Amino acid sequence: MGRVREYAPAAVLVMGLLLWEGIVFAFSIEFYLLPAPHVIVQSLSETYPVLVEAGLYTFTEAVLGFVLGCGGGILAAMAASRSPAFAAVVLPYAVASASVPIIALAPLAIVWFGVEQGSKIAIVVLMTFFPTFVSTLRGLSSVTPQSLELMRSYAATEQQIFLKVRLPHSVPMMFTALRACATLAMIGAVVSEFFGGPVKSLGVYIKSTASLFQTRQAWSAILVACALGLLFYFAVVLIERLAMPWHFERSED
Amino acid sequence: MLVAIAAVWEAAKTLFALPSYQLPHLHEIAADFLREGAGGELWLWIMTQNAGYTALESLIGFALGGVTGLVLAIAFAHSRWLERGLLPYVVASQTVPILAIAPMVVVWLGTSWFSKAVIAAYLTFFPVTVNMSRGLRAVDPDALALMRALAASPRQIFFKLRFPSALPYLFTALRISATASVIGAIVGELPVGSRFGMGVVIINAAQYYNWRPANLWAAILVSAVIGIGFYHAVAAVERRVVSWSRTAPAV
Amino acid sequence: MGSPIIELAGVDKTFESRAGATEALRAISLAVDAGEFVAVIGPSGCGKSSLLRIVGDLVEPSAGAVRVKGKSARQARLDRDYGIVFQTPVLYEWRTVRENVQLPLELAGRPRVEREQRPRTLLRLVGLEEFAGHYPWQLSGGMQQRVSIARALALNPSILLMDEPFGALDEMTRERLNQELLQVCTETAATVLFVTHSIAEAVFLSTRIVVMSPRPGHIDRVVAVDLPHPRVDKTRALPRFFELVTTVRQSLREDPGLASGHVRPGESG
Repeated sequence: MGRVREYAPAAVLVMGLLLWEGIVFAFSIEFYLLPAPHVIVQSLSETYPVLVEAGLYTFTEAVLGFVLGCGGGILAAMAASRSPAFAAVVLPYAVASASVPIIALAPLAIVWFGVEQGSKIAIVVLMTFFPTFVSTLRGLSSVTPQSLELMRSYAATEQQIFLKVRLPHSVPMMFTALRACATLAMIGAVVSEFFGGPVKSLGVYIKSTASLFQTRQAWSAILVACALGLLFYFAVVLIERLAMPWHFERSED
Repeated sequence: MLVAIAAVWEAAKTLFALPSYQLPHLHEIAADFLREGAGGELWLWIMTQNAGYTALESLIGFALGGVTGLVLAIAFAHSRWLERGLLPYVVASQTVPILAIAPMVVVWLGTSWFSKAVIAAYLTFFPVTVNMSRGLRAVDPDALALMRALAASPRQIFFKLRFPSALPYLFTALRISATASVIGAIVGELPVGSRFGMGVVIINAAQYYNWRPANLWAAILVSAVIGIGFYHAVAAVERRVVSWSRTAPAV
Repeated sequence: MGSPIIELAGVDKTFESRAGATEALRAISLAVDAGEFVAVIGPSGCGKSSLLRIVGDLVEPSAGAVRVKGKSARQARLDRDYGIVFQTPVLYEWRTVRENVQLPLELAGRPRVEREQRPRTLLRLVGLEEFAGHYPWQLSGGMQQRVSIARALALNPSILLMDEPFGALDEMTRERLNQELLQVCTETAATVLFVTHSIAEAVFLSTRIVVMSPRPGHIDRVVAVDLPHPRVDKTRALPRFFELVTTVRQSLREDPGLASGHVRPGESG
């Protein structure tokens, strides 16, 4: 019975695809509304070079924004954990940013940084900085009191405590944020391109083909975006596994 | 905090000698609200109307998505097979640029408020499903054993134990979804053809930025306010309902 | 022979909180000689954990004097004169067993050779050398606590402070670890201040038992444990063992109120 459970996800995928094909066929759904999976795959292979170029363009924005945003978030969290004054200043903004649709700033980014990659990177940085900052800071400050007592019994300096206890302790929480940011990065890049960008970007491609009812091209581009998003996510997961060999398998997430 | 922002704003403007093109004065943005639009109405009114439109789309989407997510999570809690089969996709789809599908949804469902609400619902139900599933599963085994010892029926166990202990998880997801549904609604208004909503206002303002920069800033400000308002509304409800939980927001 | 290694004189401790002030300890005076194994026992709220932490300079007394190895408690801590073991192992999940034991050596800036050799010796002492490369989660509770003890000995301290170290373990593991602890102490000749709430454990391990009572925390009496060394399983069956256990138990049951607070050595049941 355990065997069956393992194959469940794959079974559902296959069933889902078949269902999709079936519905399109049975209801004779117009191709411009909902193309059948095989049509999408066909379109994918036809427009391959264009999609690869657009995909790389957008993916670069996501990666660069991610590196800058998360890197900045981690550094800021380290600074905040050492200096309560710094934390008091930055934290309210970090919390507030969770309630603001940052995407709305995309047009502004275009005004400031131009219509090329710079503006999209800026948006991704903004989207990834705050969650990373909040999570890493929480990890750095959530060391148990007993652990701190232990350190004091060894007459450890603040720096030693930071390096040997707080930092390693914050790694799991940091990676939880990084995984979420990996997906946010791709979404941010694509969606900010909806607001305006060069033709050779995924977001613009999706938007324009969709509005022209060239749905199978749009879907194949969406597929590429999804694939890149997943790729990015699993890359981060891989790095996480390498960084935390001591983290044993938990039953969930 | 608002004072701090205002201070930094004007300081940046003088320090870096930013032209109004890049960073308008705060009073210029305020003045934009009092300007008259093409139809003779005050921009304040225009903005409010569109804001209301977007807010409504988000709210409907939020409600739809929340209910769907809840139902799914409960279904998962009851059927391990269903959970094993679908949960990986639910989780994996969080890693996918869902918003990239927004143009497609508008193509399918037309440019009315409905497509935007669906997008908002789509963004809402994923975090709700995942978090609620986790919450329903994370019941203290001892508490469960107690229920069994008291010969409680599965229904009773659900309503008196599983559901209440899963509520903090639910609200954590709802807070995220509050902002997400606003984003979803706005993004849904971007593709060609929509006529109402903040997304439309933003796109138009962006197009005419060179003539009236303050307009875009005003539009963004209003969008931000919608997001913040929605978030805090959910947080307020959370504080009332789940006051006993440690994860409820402090502010 | 020589001055006591730990001395407390008239120590008070009051904790301030929004709910008001709580007097955790009042007029504590105690002297511990080198090589002694002193157990501190008492019901919850009697301040025994605070007492231990005051000796370790993890909590500051509100009044009174504390001298450890002839220095202030603070200096003793900075000089790393003691090792401490808590009720939970407090091992770092990102370090292997060996690396956990290595931690104090790193913090004290010991030379590399010592940092690598010493954990091996210590782990052998507690019988866990084959687990040196394992991670804490792979070990049982009892084993983790043994690692914690090995770590406490890393810098070869003359004093061991232990706060209910075996409290979370089952009876059988506890008895076994009691035995191991005594062996370790014999080999390292450490002075031990051991907080516990198990009467049998206190009698088995110690040379003296300090019985405390709450409201406010103070020392009721001190019972000298004159059982023969080395302590073995058979010791637990001796009539004298039962007498001592009974004495301590009776002491804990009574609540004679605030005693005069000075040590009455040599008292027995």
